[in-house]
Amino acid sequence: MTGAQIARSALAQRTVLPRASGAGRLWDLLFRIAMYGAIGIGMLALGTLLFDVARDGLPKLSWSFITSFPSRIRPEAAGIESALVGTILLMAITAVIVVPLGVTTALYLEEYADRTKWWNRLVEVNIQNLAAVPSVVYGILGLAFIVRGPLGLGNVLLAGGITLALLVLPVVIIVAREAIRAVPPSIREGSLALGATQWQTIWKQVLPGSLAGIVTGIILALSRAIGETAPLLVIGAAASPRFNPDGLFSDFSALPIQIFVWTQDPNREFVSLAAAAILVLMVVLLLMNSVAIWLRNRYEQKW
Amino acid sequence: MVTTKKMPMPPAPAPATPPEAEAKAVETIFDCRDVSVSYGDKLAIRDVGLSFGRNEITALIGPSGCGKSTFIRCLNRMNDLIPGARVSGTVEYHGLDLYRADVDPVQLRKRIGMVFQKPNPFPKSIFDNIAFGPRVAGMDGDIEEIVESALRRAALWDEVKDRMKTNAFGMSGGQQQRLCIARALATRPDVLLMDEPCSALDPISTARIEDLMAELKQEYSIIIVTHNMQQAARVSDKTAFFSVELDAADGHRIGHVVEYDDTQKIFSNPGDERTEAYVTGKFG
Repeated sequence: MTGAQIARSALAQRTVLPRASGAGRLWDLLFRIAMYGAIGIGMLALGTLLFDVARDGLPKLSWSFITSFPSRIRPEAAGIESALVGTILLMAITAVIVVPLGVTTALYLEEYADRTKWWNRLVEVNIQNLAAVPSVVYGILGLAFIVRGPLGLGNVLLAGGITLALLVLPVVIIVAREAIRAVPPSIREGSLALGATQWQTIWKQVLPGSLAGIVTGIILALSRAIGETAPLLVIGAAASPRFNPDGLFSDFSALPIQIFVWTQDPNREFVSLAAAAILVLMVVLLLMNSVAIWLRNRYEQKW
Repeated sequence: MVTTKKMPMPPAPAPATPPEAEAKAVETIFDCRDVSVSYGDKLAIRDVGLSFGRNEITALIGPSGCGKSTFIRCLNRMNDLIPGARVSGTVEYHGLDLYRADVDPVQLRKRIGMVFQKPNPFPKSIFDNIAFGPRVAGMDGDIEEIVESALRRAALWDEVKDRMKTNAFGMSGGQQQRLCIARALATRPDVLLMDEPCSALDPISTARIEDLMAELKQEYSIIIVTHNMQQAARVSDKTAFFSVELDAADGHRIGHVVEYDDTQKIFSNPGDERTEAYVTGKFG
């Protein structure tokens, strides 16, 4: 077809096809307004929150705030060092526990489990349900089985890390499974058809192909764990300790705990300190999420 | 080649048949008798009896759902990977029953290469794609040499020799498929199974692959599933026509072989009227 013919047929089509009906357009418009409205409400709530916290907390932020120990007597000298160190160590312990457990479970469920068997389906359903269990329940579990009970670790850093690891384990399994499932079956077939064993196929094709998704998921799961207060309160994290944890079996605190303790204080000054600690927590969260986004954009495999 | 597991393997393929020997009877590579496959309790193909000769191209044709792909996947035991799939009957490869308990499917897949419908390069460099098979097999020797030789055999070397480190996803569809062929050749198989290798390609890429098949035939035996009857007529020495019948009880499709003969005969003077109806385009 020449250009002129194409133009002519396009013209013909415009008269041949009926125009959009008035009612259709109206619905289209209404739906648009509803969507922008929904987004607007979310943004407004977030903006208000940020503004409120920043107004309260920003004046309190300083390097000495980060490098001083908490206090419940002298707000002007109080800081968050032990809580921040506690949070970082907690995240490290959680990651060390949750990464191997979560990834291997996901690999088993995706690559080995025979879904026609009832026990595999039982595991799957349970993981879905566990992901929806309120975090305070994990705190009670941690208290009963890790702090006391069979493990009897006491309310120490390691107990906190294990509890948080259990809390995010289902989430890590679910995101890792999704990342593994995103590797197309044709890649596995291609590898197996070349005489690779199933393990070689997983190790050299499936895991590299899903690594970005798995790591992103782990970081996002950790950023859920970092804000958790309830389970740590239940297992008995220390309030405003004036020391850093010095090992796995040391007492510990964490940022959310410190925030919680300060917000309970009748002194307005301490509530402002809580706002400042919230800002620090948010910065840590933002950093983690930016790393996750960067990893995804940089390494995600497009199939 | 280092075999990681002890298993009975047929002798390495002898060099290509010299021209003067061509008049002799063709050596059989695969001999299949009464091969039936079922998924769960549903029979997918029944009683397939076919044998494939060395240095021949055999085409499997027939309407959709007639079990051509199911059948070709019996030949390198890819059906093992499908939960609930069951193969009965005998598949002999150089006289060895592939479904014997002591046959390791991993080892046999190194000898029986496969090319799939959609090009499926790995998300790695061109070099690493080809080197994958030899590496997982723990092959001795110069990997670079193996890669180059595989790419030359697949007529891809000249196009890619300057960009071996670039990602294979950047190649055109036709190049990707030839890369997959080269990748299969790198493990030194003697048979290539091709499951509709050109159905995702444009006519020019298709023609290149057909030319390539004609060359590969000198050294390899090729079994190709195709929906394209002109392709079967152009490239193959022998053709098997598959058809479907409906199960009497629940109406699911069961594939079987209607006719197997020289390609020339299948397309010019078929012995079965169903074959004739299919190859002349009256159905399917």
